[in-house]
Amino acid sequence: MYLTDRSTPPRADSGQRRRRGLGSRAAPVVFVLGTVSLITDISSEMVTAVLPLYLVTTLGFSPLGFGALDGVYNGVSALVQLIGGHLADRVRNHKLIAGLGYGLSALCKPLLLFAGSIGTLGTVLALERTGKGLRTAPRDAMISLSTPPENQGRAFGVHRAMDTTGAMLGPLAAFFILRAATDGYDAVFGVSACVAALGVLVLVLFVPGKQRGAQAETPSAVAAETDTDRPLDARTVPAPRDEQQNAQPAEPSTATGKRPVDLREAFALLRLPRLRALAGCAALLGLTTVSDAFVYLLLQRRAGIGEQWFTLLPLGTAVVFLLLAMPVGALADRIGRRTVFLAGHAILLTAYTLLLWAPATPVLPPLVLALHGMFYAATDGVLPAALADIVPEQLRASGLAIVGTAQALARFCCSLAFGAAWTVWGDGPALAGAAVGLLACASVAGMVLRPTAGTRS
Amino acid sequence: MTTTASGNQMPPLRRRLIVLVTAVLLLTGLGTGVVLHAAARADRANKPRSGDPAVSTGTLTLDQKRRLTFVNAAAGPHRTAVASVPSADPGGGRTASNLKCVRFYAAAGTGICLQSTPGVLRQSNRALLLDANLRTLRSFPLAGTPSRARVSPSGRFVAWTVFVSGESYSSAFFSTRTSVLDTRTMKLTPSLETFSITLDGKPYHASDINFWGVTFASDDDTFYATLNTANKTYLVRGSLSRKSVTTLIQNVECPSLSPDGTRVAFKKRVLSRTDLWHEYVLDLGTLRETPLAERHSVDDQATWLDNDTVAYALPTNGKVGTTDLWSVPANGTGRPRLLIADASSPAPL
Repeated sequence: MYLTDRSTPPRADSGQRRRRGLGSRAAPVVFVLGTVSLITDISSEMVTAVLPLYLVTTLGFSPLGFGALDGVYNGVSALVQLIGGHLADRVRNHKLIAGLGYGLSALCKPLLLFAGSIGTLGTVLALERTGKGLRTAPRDAMISLSTPPENQGRAFGVHRAMDTTGAMLGPLAAFFILRAATDGYDAVFGVSACVAALGVLVLVLFVPGKQRGAQAETPSAVAAETDTDRPLDARTVPAPRDEQQNAQPAEPSTATGKRPVDLREAFALLRLPRLRALAGCAALLGLTTVSDAFVYLLLQRRAGIGEQWFTLLPLGTAVVFLLLAMPVGALADRIGRRTVFLAGHAILLTAYTLLLWAPATPVLPPLVLALHGMFYAATDGVLPAALADIVPEQLRASGLAIVGTAQALARFCCSLAFGAAWTVWGDGPALAGAAVGLLACASVAGMVLRPTAGTRS
Repeated sequence: MTTTASGNQMPPLRRRLIVLVTAVLLLTGLGTGVVLHAAARADRANKPRSGDPAVSTGTLTLDQKRRLTFVNAAAGPHRTAVASVPSADPGGGRTASNLKCVRFYAAAGTGICLQSTPGVLRQSNRALLLDANLRTLRSFPLAGTPSRARVSPSGRFVAWTVFVSGESYSSAFFSTRTSVLDTRTMKLTPSLETFSITLDGKPYHASDINFWGVTFASDDDTFYATLNTANKTYLVRGSLSRKSVTTLIQNVECPSLSPDGTRVAFKKRVLSRTDLWHEYVLDLGTLRETPLAERHSVDDQATWLDNDTVAYALPTNGKVGTTDLWSVPANGTGRPRLLIADASSPAPL
């Protein structure tokens, strides 16, 4: 595959690309969106880090009933993502919908202070998740649309690294406040609200609005050049436009970007064979991706990690993820995003195998966490990056949302199934089942996503 | 970014930067104010207020008789310190130690103190095993937020429950973890989840098993606890030597065994999926449940003051995060009585 990639010289030799290669590899808007995500993640992770503590020590809740609701929220968030993606395409203003999502989440932070019962708290948290669901697809679409196709992986890598950095700084800030002010949960929520407001402000001030409309009217030099250089079947706009028109011959003006898209066109996306393949594979692999909580629980049980380390396990994954997100994204741009996406799942399979084998060595926990972080680096940003070649610009957010939702819902089903398997057979056999399932799904996905000659990713 | 798509729509960069800097300054000021306000409030909580019960520093040992220990929540320098009052005069002057705990229990000269302090990246939680002079014998790191603590009547076994949350990174996730320590051998059972479970007469395995609220019998082997799985809670009877538990009945949480070993006080969920509980006493011989006279929702592991009275914490009216200790007759008669204001974790010596 590497050889195939190297054998597409015309595009690689384009002057545009060489000029970009020397300067910044990701568009400024990617850094701005990365900054917005970083700031917003500081804000939301501040709350997440202290929320259980606040529930138990201050409000006196027993958090077990609360945990049951979490899965429902995640399901809702995944479906809202679909709505956010479609709305953004429909009103042709990604910034507006993303801004509404960020704004809604920001508004929820001060509301936490007034949530004294589990019911109101649940409502506020559900609204917070709704905001998160709403903004994900339009934000990723803005990253996707502002980056030339050959740099997608790197751009998403930069964004994910910045996002994860924020997620790691959040708890740091929260516990700094708690040390300064004993039981100062209201201060944590207040500061979190201020930080969230700052995130929204950076978005409003520095992210260009009506981006795609402007691009469609005056296509930038990059897009024009790329279009002429790329092989026909990998072109960003023309190829899907053909398919689109085949699907709906009565509407020739679909791809001009002048007219708002409607729901039918969003559904027509599912008729794109390559999108269907990618969404199907993402869902298939999601069905065998054991949720983080289970991975840490398995690691704790099978590697015998001390109690005090348990809450720090996600940190190991996050550090590796943030360090590798950008380089692995860039690698995906060179050797093929689907290849890297599949390799990520092979890495996850290695982690499962190590957990099953559970050799009595002190390097097992760091090794599994490193593999888990590598899995995220190779999949989390690489999947949306792979969509850039497939989904037409005017439907980019919808396409991202379809794939994202398919993956999220599949992972949710996997959590339920894995929990049930654990109940019936115990942790070892459940993990073995997940590993065999992942191997099977990855093989199928490998066949489906196998790069065809002339296609880079 | 400023030259292509946005050039015609956005205000000039300089003006946007001015707005950003102004907003940063305003938000920083607001955030600092909020933190300082909370810090000042935390300081106030450490100063005694008029009208609060008198708390004095003194020696507190676990081999004293006819005293009731608890975690003091009255404002002042002894807030969250382990304190004691005479059992006959619980409203009287409090003697406070220097030991600060979130949850505390003691029996037969053995004490257990669960502590929780903010660390750099997370709350730092630990369990301290104490001798009769409240000196730390051993310290154990905890995986989560302290919830319940118990010592067996002989003082040999100690159990604690913490709430564990898989924090941040993509999924929230809660569970409880209950550990049992044999203080004679210092052997720790990190989680009761490794015990074999017999549910309704059949062996049972599941990923969603949670135990909490252990209470020990006087034989240093039998214990009772809450088991939660598949959204149901059970009262289990367990054996420490056989490492096994058996379910007895459903909808029982935070059991507390009476000194004579015949009854268990527990909280029963009134409505499923709500945080409302009523305190009951279960006769272990007949499995008959008797509702106690307390009408408020009790979310605590009750303590038997003697064979006829149970004590428990209730949230203080109008104060967030503070509790008072109340007591009520164990046979369902009578009325609840305020035992100690601004206190939690009762443990009779």
